[in-house]
Amino acid sequence: MNSKLTDLEAPTKNVGKARAHVTQNEGLIFEQSAPGKRGMELPPLDVPAVDPAAALGKAFTRDSIEGFPEVSEIEVIRHFTRLSTWNYAIDLGMYPLGSCTMKYNPRVNEFVARLEGLATEHPEQPGEVSQGCLRILYDLQKCLLSITGMDAATLQPAAGAQGELTGLLMIRAYLESQGNARHKVLIPDSAHGTNPASVVIAGYEVQNIKSNSRGQLDTDHLREFVTDDVAALMITNPSTLGVFEERIAEIAAILHERGALLYMDGANMNALAGVTRPGDFGVDVMHLNLHKTFSTPHGGGGPGAGPVMVKKILEPFLPVPVVVQKQDDTYALDHNRPKSVGRVRAYAGNFGVLLRALAYTLAYGPGIRQATEDAVVNANYIRKNLEPYFDLPYNLPSMHEVVFSDARQKARGVNTMDIAKRLIDYGFHPYTTAFPLIVPGAMMIEPTESESKQECDLFIDAMRSIAAEVEANPELVKTAPHSTRVGRLDEVAAARKPILRWKPA
Amino acid sequence: MRYLPKSPSERQEMLAAIGVRSVEDLFTSIPEKFRLREPLNLPGPLSETEIIQYFQARAAENARGYTSFLGAGAYQHLRSVAADALIQRGEFLTSYTPYQAEFAQGTLTAIFEFQTLMCQLTGQEVANASMYDGSTALTEAVLMAERLTSRSHVLVARSVHPEYRQVLKTYAKNLGLEIEEIGYTESGQLDRAALKPETLAKAAAVVVQSPNFFGVLEDLPALAEIAHAQSSLLISTITEAVSLGIVRPPAEADIVAMEGQAFGIAPSYGGPYVGVIATREKNVRQMPGRLAGQTTDSTGNRGFVLTLATREQHIRREKATSNICTNEALYALAATIHLCLIGKEGLREQALQNLAKARFAQAEFEKIPGIRRVFSGPTFNEFTLEFPRSVKMINADLLKENIIGPYALGTHYPDLTKRAVVCVTETTPRAEIERFAAAVRRILEKPV
Repeated sequence: MNSKLTDLEAPTKNVGKARAHVTQNEGLIFEQSAPGKRGMELPPLDVPAVDPAAALGKAFTRDSIEGFPEVSEIEVIRHFTRLSTWNYAIDLGMYPLGSCTMKYNPRVNEFVARLEGLATEHPEQPGEVSQGCLRILYDLQKCLLSITGMDAATLQPAAGAQGELTGLLMIRAYLESQGNARHKVLIPDSAHGTNPASVVIAGYEVQNIKSNSRGQLDTDHLREFVTDDVAALMITNPSTLGVFEERIAEIAAILHERGALLYMDGANMNALAGVTRPGDFGVDVMHLNLHKTFSTPHGGGGPGAGPVMVKKILEPFLPVPVVVQKQDDTYALDHNRPKSVGRVRAYAGNFGVLLRALAYTLAYGPGIRQATEDAVVNANYIRKNLEPYFDLPYNLPSMHEVVFSDARQKARGVNTMDIAKRLIDYGFHPYTTAFPLIVPGAMMIEPTESESKQECDLFIDAMRSIAAEVEANPELVKTAPHSTRVGRLDEVAAARKPILRWKPA
Repeated sequence: MRYLPKSPSERQEMLAAIGVRSVEDLFTSIPEKFRLREPLNLPGPLSETEIIQYFQARAAENARGYTSFLGAGAYQHLRSVAADALIQRGEFLTSYTPYQAEFAQGTLTAIFEFQTLMCQLTGQEVANASMYDGSTALTEAVLMAERLTSRSHVLVARSVHPEYRQVLKTYAKNLGLEIEEIGYTESGQLDRAALKPETLAKAAAVVVQSPNFFGVLEDLPALAEIAHAQSSLLISTITEAVSLGIVRPPAEADIVAMEGQAFGIAPSYGGPYVGVIATREKNVRQMPGRLAGQTTDSTGNRGFVLTLATREQHIRREKATSNICTNEALYALAATIHLCLIGKEGLREQALQNLAKARFAQAEFEKIPGIRRVFSGPTFNEFTLEFPRSVKMINADLLKENIIGPYALGTHYPDLTKRAVVCVTETTPRAEIERFAAAVRRILEKPV
């Protein structure tokens, strides 16, 4: 199929750091099923058997589950191992997805999360026999408060978006206690899509505000929007351009003057940890994404955890339960919080994720600053080396990520998605495409601190090589990837006539 | 630092290439007065050995060596070594949301299999992958019902997990959603007499759990008929998903909101678990959460992509069906692998063992003077007992014998302080059930 693509004719040809490699074909597990096979056996039943129809009544029972798989253990191992080889992963190389902070996920964190006595604990078991779990939560809270410079925390939210909602609910509850919940939340046009979606669930109206020509919030412009009807501004700092909002303290002051609060989306905290603290520059509420800055694995889309940190004035409104240390130095879940916004999910949060984040924090201690510095060095190094080849729409100091655009390559009919797909052939995961929305044709690159100079150099080489290909053979880039198991997939067909489950032929 | 792959001289080289003298120069956009001058006040740095020691010490402060009879939304079930090994493959563990489909076919194929398994189990036509947990899946299901019916009243059974109801209340509060709770009868099932046609006519949905919080199965076909007569939807939530091995699937429900923890996921003090919403195909465009769909590439190879993204926040922003972004993909994968391993016969056998052991335990308790089984409806692996005195006091005594007693209903039902929900699974040995019953007998014989 690639007969025109000379560089791919030889299967042993290197493309940057990569070379094509055999992967195995593998059908769906349902297609390998045959009656009588099984991959797991139970110990024998040690009490008398019960007939379900007699015990429950026939109307409450089912026959066998149609189509359900019947396969052996080795088939399951091979099936999912083969599937896994079709994925890219941080463990294979740089994963420069901007705003996603794809850093190394330490293996010791996986080990401790599985310890007997931690993985095995029931969320409703009494506090007397949960002191270890509670102490882990309490210690993590203390660490996160120290890193952010805030006063109080909840670890309950299951992900960043739920953290946003939780923070907004607390803002609402606080303002209600002041007599007026207000109606609007301001969101810059560079924000993540979860911000406006969370605002709506909190019962507020979204008011979008434009960034200025420097991609930053214009304080004069902001002043016009901050009325007595504004509850809060949700800001991402550093912004999704990877740039620190230099006037953040002034922004906070403008809001505070009118009784509104400043919410910070901590998605980009990897640029700040150990260097500066949001609590010091005027933030009232913020969330962290532990699956970003604090190294818990993304797992193909989750789980995450989205702790929320607040200033003192918002503490009474934290979701229940709150992890507290009692006077006798024992720990407890405090449910008796009359002003609480309520519960945002069952139990005390994604404990297994939270403990991994604590393991990460303990590994660094105050040295977390070095991770931040390395992340910023990597982003700036890549920026410096790619600036001659790609358009940089906002020429501002980069922190942990850099946003280029495809403006130059567009002239040759190649867009950001094409370049991203071509990166795959070079053995890299694509950067973030088409975000932030304020940059047409965005190429958002976040290397994180986990990349060596060598890996950064290989990435730079790959990007330069693609830039040259765009000039010499744009078709090669526009039809990429050429080395994956499947070519570009027909997403339009997938959405037009959705096939969302396997059915027997 | 072992996680950082740069030598000091490489750092210098990179700074020189960037054109700055020191790393400080890269942070000048942060106003000087906000730049930290002192190291953060944090414990550490710890070596790997010390990290393991810290967590082992914490594990020793928990309930290791105790036998638990708690269910109430989180269950101790069989887990397999193979499934846990597979989810730790870096290609699954350390990959991102599969937006770049060509480079993520492993995750996407597994998601498609998860969706299929959830449909097979629930009798529904489409399932998402995934929601945070059962409690938020239920809340999102209710919001979905509100969109589908344009009604803002919801009837929720009091026998739905109390924490799930609390989450629903938190979300509903600012959305103009009115929640009315419906009681239960002697059978432990929803009080159908309380479902008045005029109330139903304004209700987006009737929300039940089956098996419910008391362990009792609800009559879903009958409830669906009642709800549908007034164009209301039936939402059924499931916390104990292993029940689906023998219990009639909630096919008559319009939306199923499920917690998948029972499928081989560790209790882990409350999370991470995996929530799922399953529904009819016609409702899919109002369903939140990610979906993988089958398609082809230009040469006709089968492949999978994330689809119907116009429901989602990264496309629709404030008009999205939900704010969910990060989900519980790794645990959807864990559940998928677990279900493939245990398979058609194994899941049925597991469910039968749960039923048999729970019946055995129930019979043991019914022999004890002063204890009676309450709620007459059919039960799976949880059942409710009434004790002659406060459950909290009995549980405190049980704890001294390394037994974590049953779930005390008084925590959330002030009128039920003497009732508790006992959970027994295939992992509970008969001898422990007997030890538990004997301990309770002894405790009750003791004068108060």
